[in-house]
Amino acid sequence: MSNRVFWVVAFAVGAAAFALSLAVENEFYIRAAFVVLQFLVLATAWNLLGGYTGYVNFGTAAFFALGAYGSVVMEKLAPLPIPALVLVGGVVSGAVGLGMGYLTLRLRGAFFAIATLALAVVLQTLITNWDFVGGSRGAYIIAPAEIELLGHRIGYIRYLLLVMLLLSVIAVATARSVERSRLGFGFAAIRDDEQAAEAAGVPTLRLKLIATTLSGALMGMAGAPYPFYITYLDPASGFNLNYAINSIAMPMIGGMTSWVGPIVGALLIGTIQQFAIVTSFLGASPAVNLLVVGALLVAFVILAPRGIVGMMARLKGG
Amino acid sequence: MVSLDLLLSAIVAGILLGGFYAAMTVGVSISFGMLDIVNIAHPAFIILGSYIAYIVNARLGIDPVVASILAAPLFYALGALIYQIYYVAFERRGDEALRGLAFFFGLLFITEVALILVFGVDYRFVETGYVGTTLHLGPIYLPLRMLVPFICSLMLVGALQLFLTRSFIGRAIMAVSQDQLALQLMAANPVRIKRIAFALSIASAGVAGALLIIIQPVEPSIGRDYIGRVFAICVLGGMGSFPGMVVAALLLGVVESITATFYGPSWAPAVAFGCLLLTLAFRPTGILGRRA
Repeated sequence: MSNRVFWVVAFAVGAAAFALSLAVENEFYIRAAFVVLQFLVLATAWNLLGGYTGYVNFGTAAFFALGAYGSVVMEKLAPLPIPALVLVGGVVSGAVGLGMGYLTLRLRGAFFAIATLALAVVLQTLITNWDFVGGSRGAYIIAPAEIELLGHRIGYIRYLLLVMLLLSVIAVATARSVERSRLGFGFAAIRDDEQAAEAAGVPTLRLKLIATTLSGALMGMAGAPYPFYITYLDPASGFNLNYAINSIAMPMIGGMTSWVGPIVGALLIGTIQQFAIVTSFLGASPAVNLLVVGALLVAFVILAPRGIVGMMARLKGG
Repeated sequence: MVSLDLLLSAIVAGILLGGFYAAMTVGVSISFGMLDIVNIAHPAFIILGSYIAYIVNARLGIDPVVASILAAPLFYALGALIYQIYYVAFERRGDEALRGLAFFFGLLFITEVALILVFGVDYRFVETGYVGTTLHLGPIYLPLRMLVPFICSLMLVGALQLFLTRSFIGRAIMAVSQDQLALQLMAANPVRIKRIAFALSIASAGVAGALLIIIQPVEPSIGRDYIGRVFAICVLGGMGSFPGMVVAALLLGVVESITATFYGPSWAPAVAFGCLLLTLAFRPTGILGRRA
């Protein structure tokens, strides 16, 4: 399937999913779907850097929170419609990704990973000390109950779901396009043997910077609608390490070498988590959820390093 | 006008704090600096050590430092086990850069959440005779709560340094960090040597945990705040060098303490990260380091 056809198909799938969601009465399912799709975007964004070039980013929560706080700042300064806020979040997080990458990517991969981990702690410190966005007390965002879209009034949460669906389509289609382009082959060369790639003339630093910027921007875009979903944003929820662990675990469990893996991982793990929270399955609390994700991550990296997609391929190929 | 007394106490408090940071970092200097194992779960094991010291102290009334030394063999065994899994699943496959990192990240979460599930998110602290006492030397205050961990920490680092430079196994560990292939040609088993070294680094985390809970009350998620610090110190100190690491730890302690005194403690975590980024950007070999 050519990339152009894929983009069309992806948008069609997104539109169909939205049409389907309009038939769902219970708003709880809409909220759950929003969270799962949010993880889908984050996992796909993480995989653009982690899966394709092999550089581990532990700072998903930081990039996500930057997008979310970008929305809070804009809401206070000059309220914009959500699609514009998504762009703001993308620009801010993409710029931070570029800066981080520029400072640390010339060194070994481990330094980049450690720096992203520390970035989350420090950005949280900065936001906690920044009174304009509420500091440690957090900020309230008033979201309207309904919004008019193409002459129809729909619930605001459905509008947020539509935004997140669009973001998912864009993220997945971008990932697939990158995967099959010269850029993607360059990424794969870096992942397999960076020195050999460098020697063969692949501009490794430039490619790595493209990957961090793109990945960071998508994470920020995923964060931008979040304040309107949660209506109350504080540093602890914006920088929740939940995002970091899930965005790593989902591609690793699903499979990292193709765009399908993060989707499989996010839909599977995300849905299980939502299900577990509602039904209190096995007495599940958010803490137990994290424990399960952590244990699954460790189990998969040890026992099934290619993830679910790799296992399927092996079953098929024999 | 900055008060001289205030500045002096901030520096003294920073040196005491920095000395303690050396105990937290010495394990990372071994695992990351010498063995090239990026154990980002190290602070989680430190917190585990804090809780073990807390339980032993609360149940049996034993001093936390003594308790941590008693628990050190347990941590040693845990470290040996983790290295064995790491070696079989990642190092042997040449897969440590991506999945090995994710493995330790998963361990970090499992340890932290397990502690939350068992103990909750309440702060825990230990009771010892000296926690409340403070020595006065002119204008300088020396709280024993800080002084005892400082002395224990320097003793721990000194003991490990002696072990590495004087004993046969210790020299083998230094050798494996320099050239694993050459060690193999000398008919020594690098995997065994690395297992011992990694186990030692985890054992040191247990002791550092006991020192931490003497200094301040502990809850499971504070470990994360130390990830930036310990790696910043390790890199700043020149990776595997202990003297460089101690200098870097003291330096970071003083800078943090001054920041906390004059700008407020909520800014302190940003200092370590700033140091780490600046080091990585301008001097990745560290202040006393030689290796590229």
